[in-house]
Amino acid sequence: MSQPKTIIEKIWDKHVVHQEEGKPDLLYIDLHLVHEVTSPQAFEGLRMAGRSVRRPELTFATMDHNVPTIHRNVIKDAISKKQMETLKENCEDFGVSLADIHHPDQGIVHVIGPELGLTQPGKTIVCGDSHTSTHGAFGALAFGIGTSEVEHVLSTQTLWQAPPKTLQVKVNGNLRTGVTAKDLILAIIAKFGVRFGTGYVMEYTGEAIRNLSMEERMTICNMSIEAGARAGLISPDEKTVDFVEGRRHAPEGEDFERAKEEWLALATDEGATYDSTVEINADEIEPQVSWGTNPSQCVPVSATVPDPEEVEEDADGVRRALEYMGLKPNQSIESIELQHVFIGSCTNSRVADLRKAASIIEGRKVHEGIRAMVVPGSFTVKKEAEEEGLDKIFTDAGFEWRSAGCSMCLGMNDDIVPPGEHCASTSNRNFEGRQGNGARTHLVSPEMAAAAAIEGHFVDVRKYDQLVKG
Amino acid sequence: MEAFVKHTGLVYPLNRSNIDTDQIIPKQFLKRIERKGFGKFLFYNWRYDDDGNLREDFSLNYPEYDNASIMVAGENFGCGSSREHAPWAIQDYGFRVVIAPSFADIFYSNCFKNGILPVPLAEEEVQQIIEHAEKEQYHITVDLESQEVYAEDGWSASFEISEYHKNMLLNGWDEISVTLTYEDAITAFEQNKA
Ligand code: SF4
Repeated sequence: MSQPKTIIEKIWDKHVVHQEEGKPDLLYIDLHLVHEVTSPQAFEGLRMAGRSVRRPELTFATMDHNVPTIHRNVIKDAISKKQMETLKENCEDFGVSLADIHHPDQGIVHVIGPELGLTQPGKTIVCGDSHTSTHGAFGALAFGIGTSEVEHVLSTQTLWQAPPKTLQVKVNGNLRTGVTAKDLILAIIAKFGVRFGTGYVMEYTGEAIRNLSMEERMTICNMSIEAGARAGLISPDEKTVDFVEGRRHAPEGEDFERAKEEWLALATDEGATYDSTVEINADEIEPQVSWGTNPSQCVPVSATVPDPEEVEEDADGVRRALEYMGLKPNQSIESIELQHVFIGSCTNSRVADLRKAASIIEGRKVHEGIRAMVVPGSFTVKKEAEEEGLDKIFTDAGFEWRSAGCSMCLGMNDDIVPPGEHCASTSNRNFEGRQGNGARTHLVSPEMAAAAAIEGHFVDVRKYDQLVKG
Repeated sequence: MEAFVKHTGLVYPLNRSNIDTDQIIPKQFLKRIERKGFGKFLFYNWRYDDDGNLREDFSLNYPEYDNASIMVAGENFGCGSSREHAPWAIQDYGFRVVIAPSFADIFYSNCFKNGILPVPLAEEEVQQIIEHAEKEQYHITVDLESQEVYAEDGWSASFEISEYHKNMLLNGWDEISVTLTYEDAITAFEQNKA
């Protein structure tokens, strides 16, 4: 039998176009996703050099970062509007299909890829967006690239890439009821830091990972980049295959059967070795809340904010984070007063996420003084949620129910958190100013965000008994 | 792209770790469709107050760092968003080199597309440069050919870089033109796959 291999090596080997001493490998790209913010300069570069898009049919564009989530036609900001118009023109000029702001497929690029069946196991997938790692949930090698690389892929359908080092993130045991995939990935980053994945592609393995749904796996892989890893993936299994089957861009009939076999064979072989491995026990994890300005600065909801005098490293960084966040050392997480709750973003805006949040919200009211909003990840998510009546549950409770987009995850449109105010957010980054200049972000799961909306501050969501599993 | 062979310049020390690309260039400036002109927005929220005035208490605004062209910062520089607007802003502001103990992967590769040399040095070496540059104006030389950083006072250190990245900067290559010389291989790969 041949040498056992990881899925990372298997996908890599199938995509090497050219290999030579002293150079990275020339890697073929199967799917290129494009959005309005990181593509204009790339298309302009092609135009100036008189180049074309090599494989428009492997390229798919949408608008998500800038789009308004209230009135689709009212784009107050002229520069945002110009950026969206530019994408439209570019897609027309270069023959790329586009789900624009009025298109039924529109949504956050990392939500619609899987939804449309574009995301498939074994593919190499890139996008000018660091959360491209999300697609790794399907056993695809998916990573974010810069705009020059976007131009390179548009023009050549390839990238020069050095073979990555491999890192296994092994999650033993199982998550306890009320503890979610979001808590798991936050706990992993809290434990190992924001750069343990730098230079690696990570594979998440172990019983807890196998037991996660595809939506939960996407939440995990989404945040690989917050651990420094450009890509993080999970070997495909029956759940993966079932999710992809029947979607618009998925293979059909015999082709599907053939693809299925190939996909399942991609899973990491027994006995394959990684360059590095870290382990965590799922059953020790509690619901998490971030208190600082990077995603590793988070603690269990029952804990307190750290004291810079007592931390082992980076006391200055902790001090600066507390100052920015307006928090006192040793203050309990439950005592942080909130003004905003945001349920959305490519981390947690799929129907499964909204269902879980709604189960907590149902029959309750948003706490006085809290502005709460739900921004579905895509037009399709919005429609499905409305068919199930989830929108009603949210609006009855006092949530705003919006149209699809990135929205308050990064506040490029009008959805921002004002300076000094605190937001419980289901997104992935709590960087300074991320949700608005001076905004104070706390990363949490959809269930925790829902409970915080009701109580006006963080509580352990496990005190509610209608938790939805899986 | 502008080639990079050797550069001597004034150091700007920024002793913080995990500087993310949201700090380097905040989202409100990502709406522009040009590649140029981002320098004035570099570290915008740190450099300007809420009314848009320069903050005197942020070090990049100190007069002694005017004309700095080598930024020296803490570990994990450039983490977070893949936005190439970050190196565009750094380059447009006038920096040619960023030195740090470590860089985020996407930021690191974005630098090479824009004529910026990212130089990883050991933590102690970075701290030595920072301490010196915080005390007085400090000029250092970064030599890509010999993979060395040195100063007139005799201080020196060496750094690692792949042959590929080194050649790309030394020659100021346009990567796409290079790749297009492999077009036959790409076509063959596609035919094989189909
Ligand atoms: S939802 Fe947030 S993190 Fe995801 S793609 Fe949009 S801006 Fe980026």
